[in-house]
Amino acid sequence: MKNIFVCVKQVPDTTEVKWDTEKGTLKREGVASILNPFDLYALEEALRIKDKDPEVRVIALTMGPKQSQEILKECVSLGADEGILLSDALFAGSDTLATSYALSRAILHRGDPWIVFAGKQAIDGDTAQVGPGIATWLGLPQATYVRKVESLEEGKAVVERLTEEGYERVEISLPALFTVVKEINTPRLPSLRGKMKAKSFQPLLWSAQEVGAEEERVGLRGSPTQVKRVFSPPQKEGEGERVEGKPEVLALRLSTLLKEWKVL
Amino acid sequence: MNYNFTEEEIMVRDTAREIAREKILPVRQKYDEEGIFPEDIVKIMAEGDLFRVFIPQEYDGLGLSMTAMLLAVEELSYACAGIALSYAGTSLGTVPIVMFGSEEQKRKYLPLVAGGGLAAFALTEAEAGSDAGGVKTRAVKDGDSYILNGTKQFITNGGVADFYVIIAITDPTRGTRGATAFIVDKGTPGLEFGKKENKMGIRASATRELVLRNLRVPASQILGREGNGFLMTMKVFDKTRLGVAAQSLGIAQAALDAAVLYAKEREQFGKPIATFQGLQFMMADMAMKIEAGRALTYAAAKDIDLGGGDPKITAMAKAFTSDTAMAVTVDALQIMGGYGYMKEYPLEKMMRDAKITQIYEGTNQVMRSIIASHLIKETK
Amino acid sequence: MTMIGVFCIEDKCIRCGACVSSCPFNALEINGEGFPVVLEGCTLCGTCVQACNYDALEMKGKKSEKGSGEGESRGVYTFAEQKGGKVTRVALEMLSPGRKLADLSSTFLCALLIGGEGIEKEAQKLIDHGADKVWVVSHPSLEHFLDEAYAEAIRLLFLQERPAIFLGGATAQGRALFPRVSTLLGTGLTADCTELGIETETGNLLQTRPAFGGNIMATILTPHHRPQMATIRPRVMPLPQPRNENNGEILSFPFDPSLWCHKKRVLESVEAQEEGIPLQDAEVIVSVGRGASDPACLELASRLAQKLGGALGASRAVVDSGLIPYRHQVGQTGITVAPKLYIACGISGALQHQVGMRSSDRIVAINNDPHAPIFDLADVSLVGDAKEVLERLLQGL
Repeated sequence: MKNIFVCVKQVPDTTEVKWDTEKGTLKREGVASILNPFDLYALEEALRIKDKDPEVRVIALTMGPKQSQEILKECVSLGADEGILLSDALFAGSDTLATSYALSRAILHRGDPWIVFAGKQAIDGDTAQVGPGIATWLGLPQATYVRKVESLEEGKAVVERLTEEGYERVEISLPALFTVVKEINTPRLPSLRGKMKAKSFQPLLWSAQEVGAEEERVGLRGSPTQVKRVFSPPQKEGEGERVEGKPEVLALRLSTLLKEWKVL
Repeated sequence: MNYNFTEEEIMVRDTAREIAREKILPVRQKYDEEGIFPEDIVKIMAEGDLFRVFIPQEYDGLGLSMTAMLLAVEELSYACAGIALSYAGTSLGTVPIVMFGSEEQKRKYLPLVAGGGLAAFALTEAEAGSDAGGVKTRAVKDGDSYILNGTKQFITNGGVADFYVIIAITDPTRGTRGATAFIVDKGTPGLEFGKKENKMGIRASATRELVLRNLRVPASQILGREGNGFLMTMKVFDKTRLGVAAQSLGIAQAALDAAVLYAKEREQFGKPIATFQGLQFMMADMAMKIEAGRALTYAAAKDIDLGGGDPKITAMAKAFTSDTAMAVTVDALQIMGGYGYMKEYPLEKMMRDAKITQIYEGTNQVMRSIIASHLIKETK
Repeated sequence: MTMIGVFCIEDKCIRCGACVSSCPFNALEINGEGFPVVLEGCTLCGTCVQACNYDALEMKGKKSEKGSGEGESRGVYTFAEQKGGKVTRVALEMLSPGRKLADLSSTFLCALLIGGEGIEKEAQKLIDHGADKVWVVSHPSLEHFLDEAYAEAIRLLFLQERPAIFLGGATAQGRALFPRVSTLLGTGLTADCTELGIETETGNLLQTRPAFGGNIMATILTPHHRPQMATIRPRVMPLPQPRNENNGEILSFPFDPSLWCHKKRVLESVEAQEEGIPLQDAEVIVSVGRGASDPACLELASRLAQKLGGALGASRAVVDSGLIPYRHQVGQTGITVAPKLYIACGISGALQHQVGMRSSDRIVAINNDPHAPIFDLADVSLVGDAKEVLERLLQGL
């Protein structure tokens, strides 16, 4: 049995979230909770490996409140074999260290990871820290920003990862952890059989105690970082020249400015 | 209106809708313009298990209701009627096997379709459109096989199907009892294809001539019994014509939605044109006809799902919804004015797509004849 | 056991509901008496406490206290990223905030350089740009960046040196390396900081960063653990002025990476075909959003970029639709740029995009929508159709 864990997270759809400048708060009415988009690509990559290898078992794992099981259902409808929900009041207030610790405990409890996939980052926290954190807790080598799994054997893999200049080809021994970018694949849509399976699916529900997570290492207690304050981002004040009118007028003004600024 | 679809029917509808909006919408204009067959979309529909909807469970299918299948056709047609036809046309070629196939035939063909195989139904010929009796393709017995010769015209999925259900005359002396249905696999020697037709609409679907030249087919490929060809065809069409109704509903709804959205945004004389009573009456009439057609179609489907089925009603559904699709696309384009006429907007395609629904699987004139003949018989 | 969570002080609460709408996680609702109650999804982020104008919400919790010898830590360290044996620009950028924080904390600034044979030759550059000392870890197997080996070297060095602060660039290397180091050391890490400061009462590092796709800013502390770690996006901090005093210590830390090297190796490093300059280095960027995303308009924007000697950028919407590769994406989940001139075509200017370009010297925005948020940011706002303006602009050039 080759276990591929996919770490997923339920997040608010931050592309839809808007800032209310008057009230100084987030406008969240009608904003849906979704599966973190990058995690969808991670799951798809795991499923593609499973499509080619019947020994593979894809296990979706998330840490969150009870409602997070919705995304586990979604993973099952896409083809995941199992879904694990790590949920406990003790986890409240976890920063990335505490989160990656808890998730690593769950992986160890389920056992025998062959590959751990995660999305590049979550679109609410945007830290990109939990994936590498899990790899470190588990003592696994990692490859971040993976855009292609070139080859896969039981004991090693060759992957392409994005760099600022282009990409790198890396040979890495397995088990290992990969964080993926959107270039890696095009996620499938859920099938009818998948949706039917998901309908009757119940995730494994694990508490902190069940996975052997020490109380001092989880939740607020296990989080070295703390939020001191939250505020609205500064709005830059522009010089404020505003031109309206026909395209010819706008284009003329722009070309004059470009020459003035010596860009042309 | 709440039609009280079952959970599974809603699942099918949502799956088809997701495929339609995410995958078909982005490519429909290009495939229509260039007449490209949507192989990639067929694959996605198969991966989504849409083909399993109308295949019984024993043959790798999900054995869902006719209502479920129509919902899929409607949602796919909302995005593109031409692309939807690769799916609907396959059901037309497969339902005869579900209804009349032998156990071996079902085991051979149904799992193939469940996994995304394509099928076609071939009746129409140059001399045999509305007059099915005009079929000239001959099937002559030779030992324990038959030799087929003739030409079929305007066959949907022609050239891309994995198998064809072909109606041929086995006994010219027996009139309506002289035709037989044969299942012919692609690649059988003697099965050739004419050019791909250059159509007004549904251009992303493959429409070709089938040329049968001394095509040898074993007797085991006869579907049903020799001589039952026309009878079976009628029984199949009595059901499958609802597929055209679903297609028409999809086209009409998409046209109406586009027109209403446009009317809300477009301002003339200082106001959105959606506030003009003249256009409001048009939109109301369009919506009424669509909903009436939808209610008729899904009531007919539910009847079939519960074991009933009335050919007069399915003919009504097909004729009414397809006439509606034509009328609605014309009016929707009118509402969109000059923009509606431009290829950059999807309305002109919808109008071109709508026309065929009044013609194929029995012209609306034939539908009216069917309705009238039943009326006359039944009214006492 | 102390109660952990957010609680409403009913005497102060005026039942206005502002807290409920402020919650990014929808974890607050109003109970039968009109007071807010916290639901299961609460992550203790504190946004509601902030949003309440009446101080009627308080957050209680037993915060982590097990520190890692905070009293004994000293020094501001920066990670000097190197590629191909040369320190990168971002390695030098880190010395700006590094210097400022070291001065504010009355301590020294130290750079950490890891690489292959001969990498110590680069150490002087770091001293020239402000480092008081440089630790060098040099080994042939460390020539290419290897997350695990580098992290282990840093862990061992830091057990010995006990830094107070450790900074690095939020680059591909930094984002892979820093979380491994912070996890190994059991300390806190804040990614993508846009501002760093020192809290006067405590001397703690104030780490400010955008969150929620750039919709809010958060200031974070790591009060009881050391080192306090933070990454900063490239091009956010200025390059320090090089100075001529060469008084700096260059120290060597011996490290054997063999345990980690057999688990991973870089087979090759490929530079992608770029038509023109990479986005981060361009002085002029012409960027397209949804309102300028049809192929003809993309062509125009590309031509303008070329004419101005610049690069083509794009918003996330355009990249997501597959029209432009990801490497052109500017914004929260793309690249941060700070060119001399940023021309935004058909970009609405959602906060996620703004985060990636608002440090530009000059911003010109072309958009059909007179109320587009990008206009709040722009130095020159042109209200019109981007494609038509670009067409005429190029005709006239």
